[in-house]
Amino acid sequence: MSLWEYANPVKFMALSGRVLPWTAALSAICLVVGLIWGFFFTPDDFRQGSTVKIIYLHVPSALMAINVWFMMLVTSLIWIIRRHHISALAAKAAAPIGVVMTLIALITGAIWGQPMWGTWWVWDPRLTSFLILFLFYLGYIALWAAIEDNDTAADLTSILCLVGSVFAILSRYAVNFWNQGLHQGASLSLDKEKNVADVFYQPLLVCIAGFVLLFVALMLLRTRTEIRARRTKALLARERVA
Amino acid sequence: MMPDLGRYADAVLSAYAATIALILLLVIFSWVQSRRAKAALKEIEDRRNG
Repeated sequence: MSLWEYANPVKFMALSGRVLPWTAALSAICLVVGLIWGFFFTPDDFRQGSTVKIIYLHVPSALMAINVWFMMLVTSLIWIIRRHHISALAAKAAAPIGVVMTLIALITGAIWGQPMWGTWWVWDPRLTSFLILFLFYLGYIALWAAIEDNDTAADLTSILCLVGSVFAILSRYAVNFWNQGLHQGASLSLDKEKNVADVFYQPLLVCIAGFVLLFVALMLLRTRTEIRARRTKALLARERVA
Repeated sequence: MMPDLGRYADAVLSAYAATIALILLLVIFSWVQSRRAKAALKEIEDRRNG
C-alpha cells in the first residue's frame, strides 16, 4: 500500500467519495461551534473591545491563505517530478479556495485595522505581501484558464506556484524580517509562548480546525470535479475523432 | 442573546457578514460546478454505452 496508489483517478474517486461527506460534516460542526462560541460566549478584550471577535475569522483565513499555497507548491512539485495528473488537478482545485481565504483575510484585516489603527490599509510588509499573494492566486487561476492544453497549463502554473512561494513565505514571516509596520507579530506560533489568552484561544482553535476541514472538503469536491471534467473532455475528443 | 458589541458593532458584524457570504458563495459555486461536471460526464457515458 503506497500513497502513490491514489494518483490513480479511479482509486482517488473511490476514497474521496467516502471521505468527503465526513469532512464536510465535521467542518460544518467545527465552524458553527467555533464561531458561535467566539461570537456569543467570549468577553471583549480590555484594549480592543468587541473587535477581538474578528480574530475567529481573520487568523484562520490568513493561516489558510498561506498554507493553501504551500499545499499547491507540494502538489505542483509532485507534478513536475512524478507527472501525476491528480496532483496538478488538486493544485488547480485548491487555488479558488486560497483566493477566497486571502480575500477574507484582507477584508477582515481592513475592517479590524480601521478602528484599531485608524486606517483601512497601510503599505506594511505583512499587508503588502498578502496583497501580492492574492494577486499571485489570481494570476495562477488566470493562467490555468488561458491555456487549452492541460499538461502545458500544469507545467506553467507549477512554475508560477514555485515563484509565488516566495511571497507565501514573506506573508508568513514579513513581520519577523522587517521590524516595522503596524501589523503585530504572529498570534500563533509553535516556537513562542502563547500570545492569546485561553478564553480566546480555545474557540480560535475550533475555528482553525473548521477552516482546515472546510479546505479539505472543498479541495476533494473540486478535485473530483476537475477529474470528471477532464474525463468528459477526453471522451468528447474521442467522439470527434471517431 | 445578542452580545453588546458597543461602538465596534458595525466593524464586527460587517466582518462576519463578509466572511460568511464569501464562504457560502465558494461552497455553492463549487457544489454547482460539481453537479454540472457529474451530469455532463454521465450524459456522454450514457451515450457511449448506448
